[in-house]
Amino acid sequence: MLVKTKFLLYTASIVALLTLTRCFYSDKQNEGEQLYTQYCANCHMDDGSGLRNLIPPLAGADYLENHRDDLACIIQHGQTGNIVVNGKNYNQGMPGFEHLDAGQITNILNYVQTNFGNNNPRYSIQEVEKQLFKCRHLLEH
Amino acid sequence: MIINNFRLYLSAALLGLSAVAWQSCSSPAEQAGGLPYLGERQLVQREVNGQQVTDTVYHRIPDFAFINQDSQVVTSLTVQDKVYVTDFFFTTCPTICPKMKSQMLRIYEAFEDDPRVMLLSHTIDPKHDTVAVLRDYADRLQVNSDKWQFVTGEKDSIYSIALQYMVSAMEDEEEPGGFVHSGAFVLVDQNRHVRGIYDGTDPAQVDRLLRDIPTLLPKKKKKDAGKN
Repeated sequence: MLVKTKFLLYTASIVALLTLTRCFYSDKQNEGEQLYTQYCANCHMDDGSGLRNLIPPLAGADYLENHRDDLACIIQHGQTGNIVVNGKNYNQGMPGFEHLDAGQITNILNYVQTNFGNNNPRYSIQEVEKQLFKCRHLLEH
Repeated sequence: MIINNFRLYLSAALLGLSAVAWQSCSSPAEQAGGLPYLGERQLVQREVNGQQVTDTVYHRIPDFAFINQDSQVVTSLTVQDKVYVTDFFFTTCPTICPKMKSQMLRIYEAFEDDPRVMLLSHTIDPKHDTVAVLRDYADRLQVNSDKWQFVTGEKDSIYSIALQYMVSAMEDEEEPGGFVHSGAFVLVDQNRHVRGIYDGTDPAQVDRLLRDIPTLLPKKKKKDAGKN
């Protein structure tokens, strides 16, 4: 009987711990990954590999370093025209996501900059806000 | 206590067994090596030597004519005696299309050297997706037009042939990109009968499609494939 109670106690505490850490961990820490899956992965793929010469890769892309200061605006407002990534030309338009706020864009950027084998510096919300301020005239409303 | 444990194991084992049994029985068509004929079928009566015989006429894709990325005409004759996989997309699609295309590339690569298998992608945005746009799209995917045709045509003919393939495709301003369409890959046999519909954004379903295609190909090749 005693063993059973002890077991129950352990189980309960593990469950409680898991529930608690979810509040701090899952929802916010993974927001970048969740948003990436929702808004970016359809084209750039789950592993950031892109699609042949149609959609540029994010994995190992020099563009992420060379255009670091433009990325927040590209996510918010999209992009058209030819771009060069790792020496290759790409010309598929990217849609913008105007409803994403600076915090969400920061999380997406940090996910992209530190995954798929990328190891680039992270962004702060302040840095992203500063970038978005430069392209605020593009906002439709 | 020991007996109790044994009972527990036994019931777990039984559960596992029934799950396996359920799985293996749930797709009888696949087991028999024959894929189903999808779509409406008609029973047609005819007389043979004074006796009434009932024939089942399966749903068949009607004749069609579209223009491909090389500005060449693609008709039902182009796919005659071929097994083909078809889908509906548009080049500026911001949602599921690139994923579909990355999965379609798997089929392309698997059957690249087998002339009995073809891929046929219809644009549902013919206004934007001209021959030149499709040409550029196919070039960037680095695929060969003999194997993978990207076709455009009259909007109405594209939307009505989509219905024949049992795929939804229509304009909708509310949707991102302006169109709503399914991510389905439709498997069609040599007689233009629809033999399977798969979710082209789901790698597991495309795995199944890759296994289903050889079952429609003539026996001889199938044996060879089995040896490899």
